[in-house]
Amino acid sequence: MYPFTYTKAADTREALNAGRGGGRYIAGGTTLVDLMRETVERPETLVDISALPLREITVTKSGGLRIGALVSMTEAAAHRGVRALYPVISEALELSASAQLRNMATIGGNIMQRTRCTYFRDVTADCNKREPGSGCAAQEGFNRSHAILGTSDSCVATHPSDLAVALAALEATVHLRGPDGERTLPFADFLLKPGSTPNREQAARPGELITAVEIPAHPRPLKSGYLKVRDRQSYEFALTSAAVALHVRGGVIREAQVAAGGVGTVPWKLPAVEEALVGERPSDRLWTEAAEHAADGARPLTHNRFKAELLKRTVERQLRTVGGSK
Amino acid sequence: MSTEHPVQAETPSVEPPSTPTRRTFIATTTVVGGVAVAGGLVAGPLTPVAEEAVAAEAPPGSRVSLTVNGVRRTVTVDNRTSLLDLLREHLDLTGSKKGCNAGACGACTVLVDGRRINSCLTLAVRLDGAEVTTIEGLAKGDRLHPLQQAFIDQDAFQCGFCTPGQIVSGVGCIKEGHTGSPEEIREWMSGNLCRCGCYVKIERAVEQAAGRK
Repeated sequence: MYPFTYTKAADTREALNAGRGGGRYIAGGTTLVDLMRETVERPETLVDISALPLREITVTKSGGLRIGALVSMTEAAAHRGVRALYPVISEALELSASAQLRNMATIGGNIMQRTRCTYFRDVTADCNKREPGSGCAAQEGFNRSHAILGTSDSCVATHPSDLAVALAALEATVHLRGPDGERTLPFADFLLKPGSTPNREQAARPGELITAVEIPAHPRPLKSGYLKVRDRQSYEFALTSAAVALHVRGGVIREAQVAAGGVGTVPWKLPAVEEALVGERPSDRLWTEAAEHAADGARPLTHNRFKAELLKRTVERQLRTVGGSK
Repeated sequence: MSTEHPVQAETPSVEPPSTPTRRTFIATTTVVGGVAVAGGLVAGPLTPVAEEAVAAEAPPGSRVSLTVNGVRRTVTVDNRTSLLDLLREHLDLTGSKKGCNAGACGACTVLVDGRRINSCLTLAVRLDGAEVTTIEGLAKGDRLHPLQQAFIDQDAFQCGFCTPGQIVSGVGCIKEGHTGSPEEIREWMSGNLCRCGCYVKIERAVEQAAGRK
């Protein structure tokens, strides 16, 4: 680990000042400290933001939920409002990492976390995300866990967050505060596909702070849930995952929100699956037919061809779990 | 196993500090020991002596005041020092173990302000005012913590390396109330790996201490 100076911001203004000067924000630190030790991250100054007042979960006027950026994963998952309104959020969180890491890690940090691609984490390997222009060792390397959707010639790394898949499904927004004031971004615009600049992963500008994520109100009742498929049952990243939310009224699906994880360079919203569901009556046949679209556009690599079929089955299973077997 | 402070490269901006091998670690330790004895700095400052000897100026450090197992400690640490290294290398509390040093095994689990966390991923400099409880702080004198006793009763370890982390994590798990069934215990203890494979007995020990057995 390289040496760095450390400062703890007393309030948001102090944090933004330090951020403007090039300081790197640290919240839970579970990703950042790990990557600093691997010398993948080399910040010269860490700005501790843990004292900032961003720890509240509130119901918004429109009936959605606003989760402060510094709420821990544990607290968010256990929150009564989150569990009642959006079980898919709680489930995605509780299927992430371990109890220890969830006690440390925050909601804002979760969506800022970087890929687990082993070549990204290995400073001796070629990686365009870590070192633009150096190449991508994963393309010809061991790429079983890599992405099949949203990839480019520059990068095939998956986004590791489960929470982000649920947020993508529910069409959340990200509240940011920077030197020039506040702004709000749709979650779909916050995380960036690699394209030719895989080193840019989030739309946050230098010095900007995430203050909260907001889940908009959805028609009720909304049934939702998260399924994660992985090499071992717990404490592991997803091979595939599915976040599903359905609003059924009068026996007909009026709204369907579906996104996939473990397969994309960013959480992968599945509009074709959603379209196949809306206006239809729940049935086992419908789940199968809709899930057929889950891997549309997939570009498998040498070792992850299995992911396309696994993704379809994951989505089908979770549609049935949330929508019922009929 | 590496400490947080390899001998610092003279031009760190050009040459990344290499991860020390076991051999360089031993060499470093020897140098530290030698200098410490020669300079009479055994109880000296907590910045690594070897690093000071090599680098022209000391790397940025900070003063932190925290409570460890009920004892107030005020120390000056290199900002890079993890809580785990502070405990093991500076406070002589070697119960917490360094397994992966990356948040992937749970051997370093301690309680900070009552919550279980991975001390290897926690920078000590951030813990001003914190209350830390390690495996050494669980027993009351000669009376073992109920979960420590349960690990003995259930024969829940073989090599013992992961055991301190398992026990502290189990204390957290019980406190959180995630002990409703063997399945729930297994899921909420999944952050602690045991390469000897004592999981069945570890689950029983947590169950026993939680009062379900």
